[in-house]
Amino acid sequence: MTAVFEPWDETRGAEIIAEHASQEGATLVILHALQEAFGFVPEAAIPMVAQALNLSRAEVHGVFTFYHDFRHKPAGRHVLKLCRAEACQAAGGDALAARAESKLGVSLGNTTADDRVTLEPIYCLGLCSTAPSAMLDGRLVGRLDEKRLDALVAEAQR
Amino acid sequence: MNMKIFVPRDATAVAVGADEVVTALEQIAQQRGLSIEIIRTGSRGLHWLEPMIEVATPGGRVAYGPVGTEDVASVLESMANNGPHALRLGIADKIPWLKRQTRLTFARCGVIDPRSLDDYRAHGGYKGFERALSLGPDAILNEVTASGLRGRGGAGFPTGIKWKTVAQAKADRKFIVCNADEGDSGTFADRMIMEGDPFLVIEGMTTAGITVGATKGYIYIRSEYPHAVEAMNAAIKAARRGGYLGDKIGGSTYSFDMEVRVGAGAYVCGEETSLLESLEGRRGLVRAKPPLPAHYGLFGKPTVINNVLSFAAIPFILAEGAKAYADFGMGRSRGTMPIQLAGNIRHGGLFETAFGVTLGELVDDIGGGTFTGRPVRAVQVGGPLGAYFPRALFDTPFDYEAFAARDGLIGHGGIVVFDDSVDMRKQARFAMEFCAVESCGKCTPCRIGSTRGVETIEKIINGERVAENLALVGDLCNTMKFGSLCALGGFTPYPVLSALKHFREDFIPAPTTLQAAE
Repeated sequence: MTAVFEPWDETRGAEIIAEHASQEGATLVILHALQEAFGFVPEAAIPMVAQALNLSRAEVHGVFTFYHDFRHKPAGRHVLKLCRAEACQAAGGDALAARAESKLGVSLGNTTADDRVTLEPIYCLGLCSTAPSAMLDGRLVGRLDEKRLDALVAEAQR
Repeated sequence: MNMKIFVPRDATAVAVGADEVVTALEQIAQQRGLSIEIIRTGSRGLHWLEPMIEVATPGGRVAYGPVGTEDVASVLESMANNGPHALRLGIADKIPWLKRQTRLTFARCGVIDPRSLDDYRAHGGYKGFERALSLGPDAILNEVTASGLRGRGGAGFPTGIKWKTVAQAKADRKFIVCNADEGDSGTFADRMIMEGDPFLVIEGMTTAGITVGATKGYIYIRSEYPHAVEAMNAAIKAARRGGYLGDKIGGSTYSFDMEVRVGAGAYVCGEETSLLESLEGRRGLVRAKPPLPAHYGLFGKPTVINNVLSFAAIPFILAEGAKAYADFGMGRSRGTMPIQLAGNIRHGGLFETAFGVTLGELVDDIGGGTFTGRPVRAVQVGGPLGAYFPRALFDTPFDYEAFAARDGLIGHGGIVVFDDSVDMRKQARFAMEFCAVESCGKCTPCRIGSTRGVETIEKIINGERVAENLALVGDLCNTMKFGSLCALGGFTPYPVLSALKHFREDFIPAPTTLQAAE
């Protein structure tokens, strides 16, 4: 399942911001909502958020860049996240991560040249008793082995 | 005859195929004209048996696992005829791994439908809250204090004292905040309880609210847990509809409501003051303490901030009384701890038991050793900031003080097992790398120290002036431990120093080359 995002549109962006702006401490809530709609947080949205919340642009930019989740550009069509934390390391995750990198031809944290797959590390999906684990576009996969990983990579490349 | 079949919707079960099993069950039942009702539950925590599915019988629920889609047809047949099956595990409650636990907090997890308030109430839910209402705030505080409950997030601060401080604070608004930013690798108890028994967390937070005089609660859940976010949101809605959140809850004079806020991938936000900053919509920069959150917390107001498991322990304590809880445990660690067995382990999952069980029992006996079948060499207890323990320390009882006495911590109760293929230099470097990436940057020992730590361990790995650099890492760890603002910089030395101390042979090249010449 590929996530379908709207193209950036200022009016739509303003609507999303207005929808959440009255909540206390709304910055993260708004950034999440923008990313959910557009697949990333467009730079043009930062001053709009700042104005709506009566903050400086620098403050909003600071929040945006502090958190790993927020993207400044769209990800690939599929996002494959591999858990790289200790429990998955203990269960053979290092070799699987290297295998995924070589199959896709990109290192963790990057997108393939054809924009099909973004390969990312994630620090703990909380599936530590069925490690190693991964997430493909929001779908969780545990007890990863070479075969299951290859199937995931193939699915992501489609 | 209508068969009631229970299939977990817990993320662990889903990750190993529970949803596919549900689809197969529905299809095959339809083909064969069997009438079945599927109820999605949480997980019982026997994760090597997931997807573990159960069928209701007059003698109790009979479990099967691990069930793959290819097994569904024969399992259904066994269920319908009460016949034998290779995956049949017998009555779920009597499975030895489950039976030897003391499930106070996780009593309902995997049993009930987490979306159903009625099911929660039918299994003793809100009993504690009703007693709390009849007791009133002062008596609740006494109960929580007498139970000996300590913060289950890792710091182990007495919950009763925290609540009392907030109760005594004067303010126009107070808040209840639940820390569900369970970022430690090897831990998943918060996730399981949010997905499997979310009303328990709501009941615990609501009880805190009426005790300290707060009317608003937030539960801050990490974004890596979409299933938990969904489950908590659904439960909050159901609790509102049922009159357990909102104005005049449960027919009382109290009001309390709460909402879910989702984190954004910053590990440091599991630190309580960083979490509060994040909730306020800012960068998750750690605050200096004092002032304590109990005095100056969310939006500058007195705030109870507790871990999911702390709130989840409250309903039992109030329903059964402080003594019933405090009777379990050892020393100053009272009650039970939901321990999470993870990593390279044969029987991984959730094991709730009284404090005092030894690390060796947990890893070898209960956990069954490694799933690779190789010898256990190291276990990391308490997440990325916890120490690596060798077999020599397997007699350590699971207790806050006993672990501290051996330069470790129990943290949030996660145990990650490594076999003998582990390279402890890599693990030590990873601890520093993780700290460097996740540091909020406010204090120098953590921000700079972790980066220098990575570089220095790198030199050791490359064999550059090993003895000097080992001394340097020791020094650096000392500075981080005592000079950092919070546990991220302050505890990163635990995994590093424990690796150096207990697994020194990995860091120093073996001096065998000279003798081996013969």
